[in-house]
Amino acid sequence: MAKIIFIQHNGTETETNGIPGMTVMETAIKNQVPGIDADCGGACACATCHVYVGEQWQEKVGKRSAMEEDMLDFAFDVRDNSRLSCQIKVSDAIDGLRVTVPEKQF
Amino acid sequence: MPNSITTDAITTDAITTDAVIIGAGPCGLFSVFELGLLDIRCQVIDILDRPGGQCAELYPEKPIYDIPALPIVTGAELTQRLMEQSKPFKAGYHYNQMVTSLKKRGDSDFELTTDGGLTFHSKIVVIAAGGGSFQAKKPPIPGIEAYENTSVFYSVKKMEQFRGKDVLIVGGGDSALDWTNNLQPVVRSLTLLHRRDDFRAAPDSVNKMRALVAAEKMSLKIGQVTGLKGEHGLLSAATVKGADGNSFDVVTNAMLPFFGLTMKLGPVADWGLNLNENLIKVDTEKFESSEPGIFAVGDINTYPGKVKLILSGFHEAALMAQQAFHHINPGQRLMFQYTTSSTNLQKKLGVA
Repeated sequence: MAKIIFIQHNGTETETNGIPGMTVMETAIKNQVPGIDADCGGACACATCHVYVGEQWQEKVGKRSAMEEDMLDFAFDVRDNSRLSCQIKVSDAIDGLRVTVPEKQF
Repeated sequence: MPNSITTDAITTDAITTDAVIIGAGPCGLFSVFELGLLDIRCQVIDILDRPGGQCAELYPEKPIYDIPALPIVTGAELTQRLMEQSKPFKAGYHYNQMVTSLKKRGDSDFELTTDGGLTFHSKIVVIAAGGGSFQAKKPPIPGIEAYENTSVFYSVKKMEQFRGKDVLIVGGGDSALDWTNNLQPVVRSLTLLHRRDDFRAAPDSVNKMRALVAAEKMSLKIGQVTGLKGEHGLLSAATVKGADGNSFDVVTNAMLPFFGLTMKLGPVADWGLNLNENLIKVDTEKFESSEPGIFAVGDINTYPGKVKLILSGFHEAALMAQQAFHHINPGQRLMFQYTTSSTNLQKKLGVA
């Protein structure tokens, strides 16, 4: 188990138990975390599971893939720490990960 | 497409058919097959420019692992195989069309119209619209609604509309780059804005755009729109946050954001059908909606135990076709036949 904390735009936090091997997006959907739409179901084809990765976690979470970078063109307010949560795999290494959900997926 | 009908021109004559299928995704395409076996002729309408629905738009290259007897198949290949399977039934395919209205016509028929000006008269309607219609994503820029259709456009219907305008195109995909290159000769000034100096679009169109920038015929800016300026629905400038974090304004009176497509239920909500959380309620015997003669198959329908799988949609299409036959041919007996042994069915398939 790895704790994944989702922070809403208004500051509300949801702490979830991520299962290693699943994605951060799947963890959000399983725990009914609001603000992660995941329209395409994790195919890296829609950019509606956009999150901002907490600063101290960026290195551990790793960089975006080329496909993910392309897909982020469809997201709004993309920042340096933007990631698509369907492309982040849960592992013990990211136990305690904090990600912020944008005000609106679009 | 081998047996598609081009529907660019606005036709005033109604197209008369047995069945109109709304949606050319896997369930719509398989409906052509199942209805075809029962001699029900179909016209298929889709908002995309090609068949496949989500299989074409969301995951053409992604493997699907749960289609019976196909251990692995991509969305594109599944679509191509379904088109081939339903080919003997010579359905008409109408792409780039959204069905905007569906109403009863007389006692038993239906009339459908599309945003492209087409009218259909049919005996039954099959709604196989999946997650709804794919529509342009609207960037959540504060106050953007006030400018929509006056200064902000999500598609180009006529290039002439932009003659003499200061156009701002936002995005980095094929739509953004294609319209940049096509509109540049028509407009007064053109700016392409993208969040990074790297483009998904075809390399050829990117090169064309870069040549226009080098020749000072247009400008390329890197950043993201954060706000709009103007009044009475007329845009005067877009505020952009640059890659360095500093903001600047781009003068524009016509902005074209191209951020891809999203699924919206769309006009289906207005057709007076019994809905449950934006899904069409059907029974599990006939897959008929609250309106006799209007059926719903695939992801758009709901019933106790519904599972949103392509294979479930195929089953739904087979049962729907039986009731469609009875609706069209009241009182007539329908003999159940297998494609393996029925000469009659094999003739229809062109194999006997």
